[in-house]
Amino acid sequence: MPDQPRTDALIRARHLGVRLGGEPILNHVDLNVYPGQIVTLIGPNGAGKSTLIKALLGIHRVTSGELWRKPGLKIGYMPQKTHIEDSLPLTVDRLMTLTHRARRTEITEALKLTNVPHLIDRPVQQLSGGEFQRVMLARALLKQPDVLVLDEPVQGVDFNGEIELYRLIQRIRDDRGCAIVMVSHDLHLVMAATDEVVCLNHHVCCTGTPESVAQAPEFTQLFGHRHADALAFYSHEHDHEHSLAELGGHSHD
Amino acid sequence: MIELLWPALLAGTGIALIAGPLGSFMVWRRMAYFGDTMAHSGLLGVTLGVVLNIHLTLGIALVTTTLALLLFVLQRQRRVPPDTLLGILSHSALAIGMLVLAFSDSVRMDLGGLLFGDLLAVNPQDVLWVALVTAVALPLILLIWRPLLAITVHEDLARAEGIATERIRILYLVLIALVIAVAMKIVGILLITALMIIPAAGVRWLSNTPEQMAIGASVLGMASVWLGLAVSWYSNAPSGPAIVVTATVAFVVLMGVSQAKRPARS
Repeated sequence: MPDQPRTDALIRARHLGVRLGGEPILNHVDLNVYPGQIVTLIGPNGAGKSTLIKALLGIHRVTSGELWRKPGLKIGYMPQKTHIEDSLPLTVDRLMTLTHRARRTEITEALKLTNVPHLIDRPVQQLSGGEFQRVMLARALLKQPDVLVLDEPVQGVDFNGEIELYRLIQRIRDDRGCAIVMVSHDLHLVMAATDEVVCLNHHVCCTGTPESVAQAPEFTQLFGHRHADALAFYSHEHDHEHSLAELGGHSHD
Repeated sequence: MIELLWPALLAGTGIALIAGPLGSFMVWRRMAYFGDTMAHSGLLGVTLGVVLNIHLTLGIALVTTTLALLLFVLQRQRRVPPDTLLGILSHSALAIGMLVLAFSDSVRMDLGGLLFGDLLAVNPQDVLWVALVTAVALPLILLIWRPLLAITVHEDLARAEGIATERIRILYLVLIALVIAVAMKIVGILLITALMIIPAAGVRWLSNTPEQMAIGASVLGMASVWLGLAVSWYSNAPSGPAIVVTATVAFVVLMGVSQAKRPARS
């Protein structure tokens, strides 16, 4: 993949490694995020996708390599589908302003972007899966981020809702020009709306445009030949396994 | 006669006031058993206070705070699940406290009073301790209110958005340790957690915001203390159980009222 050198990166990771509780989760990960780009992380369960996202966000400490974020970079984060305890009385507008205060008009504006302004006073526990994800997406947009980081944004959303939500994410990118980094399982849905796919299995197996990645042998190894088929992803065989010891000296280019 | 009741009333009121918000977090964060464990270690604190010849409240505060920090560190390992860990620490702290108390000749204490509270044991000096802790704890609670709420909703999200999650959580634990230390004389170590969680759980039925629940818990807690102390005063019943039963009755009534009001909603 010819990668023309760009100087306008928002986030740049070089040989990034993360250990959690002594276990190496990520090794030698290279990743660039540029303005307006949609980067999708794919990979089997336990491949370290969420860990990578959390390292980019500063939640997990980077244990080796480098992570550079453009100074003053604003990141909006939407974590994996979360459950909020029923014991906690919390309305949508409070959820939106947990860590940063915002005026009610600003909250409404953000909720309008994801088509759910009517939910502003609703207790969060009464939201459907799709409504909750839209609220969380609006929440991530509230402080006008340069980068949106979305961890499985369509989890708990029905199939039609999934397609809509991905369209919405793409439209947000088109309208605001913010970069988007997301983790996804929905290979078939995501591919069309992605500029760069990063195929992760503790290390970066392959990366590039959806077309080029789909043809990469590493991708086929990881996801099987039926990758175009939606079901293939969920039933694929893990014949591409590295022992953790082997990972250190292992590199793909 | 009534002047004997004043220290307990004042101290109980201060404790209920700060127990409201702290107890609400205990409910939201599913930490009731955590609070219990810290409270149970209070018995050891009593002995420590006697042995070191310092004020009992200080002795208890030292032990409960130490235990809180120990739990904080131990919970990072995964081999022993959290509830098992709490069970081990809770019961062993209680058992060790009982043993040390039984073996030390210098400590002559009414065990029933330590376990279940004794309003007549509360003296003006204790009231000062409560006043001090309340004066320190209330502003601190206000300070950590928003960040702790964010952590309670989603720890990673809070951290990604710039909150020093560990510092806030430790501060919260220390606050609980302090409340336990000053509350022991009135409600006793076995019932302190009840004073924190029952009022909070009771007002959940009526609350639409976290703040309503916390303030409501304080109010209901204070009412339970006053009514419970009155019952204890007139019937000679131990004060801790009297306060807790009062709070429990309020909880049941509030639950009944709210269920009757909106039967269709879940």
